[in-house]
Amino acid sequence: MNRFDYIRPASVAEAVAAATQPGSAYLAGGTNLVDLMKGGALRPDCLVDISRLPGLDRIEWLADGGLRIGALVRNADLAHDALVQARFPAVSEALLSGASAQLRNVATLGGNLLQQTRCPYFYDTASACNRRAPGSGCDALQGENRSHAVLGWSDHCIATHPSDLCVPLVALDAVIEVQGPQGSRGIPLETLHPLPGDTPHLETMLSPGELITAVRIPAEAIAVAGHARYLKVRERTSFAFALVSAAAGLELDGGVIRKARLALGGVAARPWRARVAEAALEGGPATAEAFARAAEAALADARPSGDNAFKIELARRILIRALQEALAGTPEQRPALPASPFAPPSGARHVA
Amino acid sequence: MSLETPAPLTPYPRHGSNSGQPISRRDGELKVTGQATYAADNHPPGLLYAVTAVSSIARGRVAALDVAAAKAHPGVVEVITPANRPPLSHDPDVKLGMFGFRIEVLQDDKVRYANQPIALVLAESLEAAVEGAALLRPRYEVEPARTGLGNGDRYAPAAVGVGAPPRTAFGDLDAGFAAADQVIEAEFTTPAQFHNAMEPHAVVAQWDGDHLTLDMPNQALVMSREAYAAYFGVPGENVLIRSPFLGGGFGSKAILNGPQILAILAARHMRRPVKLVLSRAQMYGPVGHRGRTWQTLRLGVDGEGRLTAMHHHSLAATSSFEDFLEPAANASLHAYASPAILSQTEGLRLDIGTPGPMRAPGEASGSAALEVAMDEAALACGMDPLAFRLKNFAETEPGTGRPYSSNALRECYAEGAKAFGWAGRPLQPRQMRDKDGLLVGWGMGTALFPCPHFPAEARATLRADGTALVETAGVDMGQGAWTALAQIAAEALGLDPEQVEFRSGVSDLPDAGVAGGSGHTASAGLALHNAGQNVIARLAELAGADPASPLFGAGNIGVVAKGGRLHRRDDEGRSESYADILARTGQTELVGTGRMARDEEAVQAWAMYSHGAVFAEVKVDPDLGMVRATRLVGAFAAGRIINPKLVRSQYYGGMIWGVSFALQEAAIADPRTGRIMNADLAEYRIPVNADVPSLEAILVPEDDRYVNPLGVKGVGEIGITGTVGAIANAVWHATGVRVRRFPIQIEDLLGGG
Ligand SMILES: Cc1cc2nc3c(=O)[nH]c(=O)nc-3n(C[C@H](O)[C@H](O)[C@H](O)COP(=O)(O)OP(=O)(O)OC[C@H]3O[C@@H](n4cnc5c(N)ncnc54)[C@H](O)[C@@H]3O)c2cc1C
Ligand code: SF4
Repeated sequence: MNRFDYIRPASVAEAVAAATQPGSAYLAGGTNLVDLMKGGALRPDCLVDISRLPGLDRIEWLADGGLRIGALVRNADLAHDALVQARFPAVSEALLSGASAQLRNVATLGGNLLQQTRCPYFYDTASACNRRAPGSGCDALQGENRSHAVLGWSDHCIATHPSDLCVPLVALDAVIEVQGPQGSRGIPLETLHPLPGDTPHLETMLSPGELITAVRIPAEAIAVAGHARYLKVRERTSFAFALVSAAAGLELDGGVIRKARLALGGVAARPWRARVAEAALEGGPATAEAFARAAEAALADARPSGDNAFKIELARRILIRALQEALAGTPEQRPALPASPFAPPSGARHVA
Repeated sequence: MSLETPAPLTPYPRHGSNSGQPISRRDGELKVTGQATYAADNHPPGLLYAVTAVSSIARGRVAALDVAAAKAHPGVVEVITPANRPPLSHDPDVKLGMFGFRIEVLQDDKVRYANQPIALVLAESLEAAVEGAALLRPRYEVEPARTGLGNGDRYAPAAVGVGAPPRTAFGDLDAGFAAADQVIEAEFTTPAQFHNAMEPHAVVAQWDGDHLTLDMPNQALVMSREAYAAYFGVPGENVLIRSPFLGGGFGSKAILNGPQILAILAARHMRRPVKLVLSRAQMYGPVGHRGRTWQTLRLGVDGEGRLTAMHHHSLAATSSFEDFLEPAANASLHAYASPAILSQTEGLRLDIGTPGPMRAPGEASGSAALEVAMDEAALACGMDPLAFRLKNFAETEPGTGRPYSSNALRECYAEGAKAFGWAGRPLQPRQMRDKDGLLVGWGMGTALFPCPHFPAEARATLRADGTALVETAGVDMGQGAWTALAQIAAEALGLDPEQVEFRSGVSDLPDAGVAGGSGHTASAGLALHNAGQNVIARLAELAGADPASPLFGAGNIGVVAKGGRLHRRDDEGRSESYADILARTGQTELVGTGRMARDEEAVQAWAMYSHGAVFAEVKVDPDLGMVRATRLVGAFAAGRIINPKLVRSQYYGGMIWGVSFALQEAAIADPRTGRIMNADLAEYRIPVNADVPSLEAILVPEDDRYVNPLGVKGVGEIGITGTVGAIANAVWHATGVRVRRFPIQIEDLLGGG
């Protein structure tokens, strides 16, 4: 890999100052960034190692009942936090369905949010990729695109955002806290990753140097804790990204849905909040017909971006399944195979 | 040592038993505690790091390389390109022996596949070498890549696999199809698969004058030594290959490859030791793979469910410059009784790295197609798949009519079916669900693998203290050769395995042949067995001629070696320890030698195979098309089992690979560029633990008195065969969807919801 400077700032302010320089990149767990550097897809001049910054590794419950998670909290620590599991079970389940135990021990919250697409042409420096090299073209469009986006894509980029964690987080109205040269601000996670349009290289709404310091989940989101699932369709039982995934949370009033929280993963360049589908459900009965209608609505605008029409149907079906399982109630014990449709609500045995 | 009894129909004698014990791997503790030294763990002083720059196009030529930029990078000391590549003593475009493939070692600026080495960068650190390679920024003259059926060049090959004929016919095919009540025809595709051994190909090369030492994982030590010697114009004995541990080979480490030769060349050129380790991505090209196939099967069946004709045609992909073809169609030659069988292979030239043998070459991909076609034929006949196979059971070898040296396939079917609970399986698909509503399906397949043997030699030395040293340049790829071979030697020597020092994994020991073809235990084992018997015979001569020995005059009666003593055969009470015999006759040690030897007449007279039957259960989510293999039962018969623990591991590993083949594994090349887009272990899927079903491997006893004096057949590859088809058939049985394209994917099953 290229030669680069490595600095380890002592404070957030120092980090922000260093990272504001062109060509620098934050290094957290490094599980995504270092891979990309090894392959030559990213060649930063300076790594600003934030992994030891003090104070960013805390899981705090706020006075209003909301949750604040420091950007450096490891994926594993977050997933196994007992209160997080109880109040935001889908977050825990999504985390545990991602990557491997080893990776989760290293990967951080901030890094998970900002991980790059897994589009193979992005990683392959010999390929044209507008996201990596603006204006070079998109080799995925006519290439191997079976796992690419079916929502919100453009002819400039058809990549998906691969994070599992982000899917329940957007459904729960998570907000990220950032610190930048101009001070701090909050950004709804739902808008952190812009759709590609004709500028797919503008991957996030962060300005140069802006550091994610925390993620907040509002207290209202706890209301769906009793009826929440994250389900993931993948091609092996663990250590695989989602082909499609869905987070569903329901607040029920008898048989009537008071509030629905729905999001899809693996379908677009951002974790996809399915607001139309939520609206279709809210105020109505929690029935199979209603779920099917909601799934139709969620995917109404979907179009294949290549060899992936099947993903549209698959996304509908995983959303329906997630709704059914949410309706059945959050499992008391986290399934042995988190997020797996093979884990029945009764609790999966690993081997049949 | 030749056989005592030359008549082919006389069984080999059976021996007492040190073998048969489930001893744990002798190298296991070293491996799990990180003390095993793999090739890349060697760091001789003065080491240079070599990294290949590889092509990103599949066809064309390298028009320019920015060598200056690479050399200017701190730490880079040399860049080798076709312009300055030092000479080799062998032309790499000319084949060298049976496993000698044509290879790419910067002989010209042509690019023949993506990931081909186009330069070698040498640096003081790995990081500098990697960056140096990146700085070369090649410019290419690109020609359109031939990447598939549409643009590849079809040709009629002279041979398939390693020297098998491309067309083999038994009986009258037309008559067979004419006699059929139904003909089942089906087309199958299998993808390119890569060996992906956990340990990448690596070498640490050191020259001392014209002596060369190579630390490298290698599956064929002595053969490779001679090949490297030819490439570098030195005598074979000047080359020492040390390969104590391999992190898997699967066929990819038996064949010379370009990057390793370049590293050795660089070491000579730079007069410094050089290390090269391929990155995972770089393993997708120059070091072999299982080639793609497009197969067509036609099976004729009569009104009673008997096969009347079998026609297996395979189009197999290879590179533009070499000829290895996956011999898939040959999997149908000897599997089932059919009066007429035709196997045919055509070649398809693509701009890809040359494929090569990969665990069960041909058998894996061919039996995948055959076993699915058999399932389809059974259904067409309204028969249970097992009953259909029994109906077409080959009592003698199909085509030749030779009797089997042993064949416990019927017992395999019976025991496998019983353990699995096959009885009562509904004939029609989509009949079974579990309590959670998942579709359940059961499928089966027959497993078959021949018993090739390779020339091998060994040496056994009895030492003054009565213990022994046995030596052969064998290969432990993780299969446990160190352990099983030592058990065989110990048995021949009448010693406990702990009393036998086993030396192996170095090329200056007697040639143990190739660890491949599932023939290493039999081949190297026979050599060790014979070496052991040879030294015991010599010891018996010493004792028999010594009036002071209780064995004096035992000559014609003979002796039995056990527990470190020779006993008179007719009076076991009269015995003497090895140590005493040696001490009294004034020997400090006694050496015996042996080689792999079989009765050639028996080899001609008998058909020799390992057999098995695999039963699979899968569960399929009816809405989402996700498949999980939930249960696999395999029953295998492979002659005498030297170490049941190791053998069971081989079966498990093979069956897991079958899951991988059926449901996960495939290299995906961009059809425009020929570049493999998933050349990493995140995206090239192989099963994780959670994908591995409940596994049962049944060791069906089989006494084979003809295959070789040990009665040992092969177990290394058979587990994949049968399993792939069994899983595919189970998926059909669960869903009613017949998928003939491997691996089976979610989208193939969504329609079935
Ligand atoms: C083999 C493999 C399989 C995987 N499978 C899955 C999966 O199934 N599901 C899934 O969701 N994920 C998966 N992942 C991705 C994994 O979750 C991410 O790599 C990880 O979360 C990234 O976290 P990190 O701390 O290592 O980030 P890094 O690699 O350090 O950083 C990633 C990016 O985020 C930026 N960054 C990091 N922290 C901050 C911050 N606080 N502020 C601003 N910028 C920041 C970095 O500059 C960089 O651009 C997989 C990864 C691998 C390697
Ligand atoms: S889909 Fe996006 S990330 Fe992939 S090649 Fe096209 S522009 Fe690049």
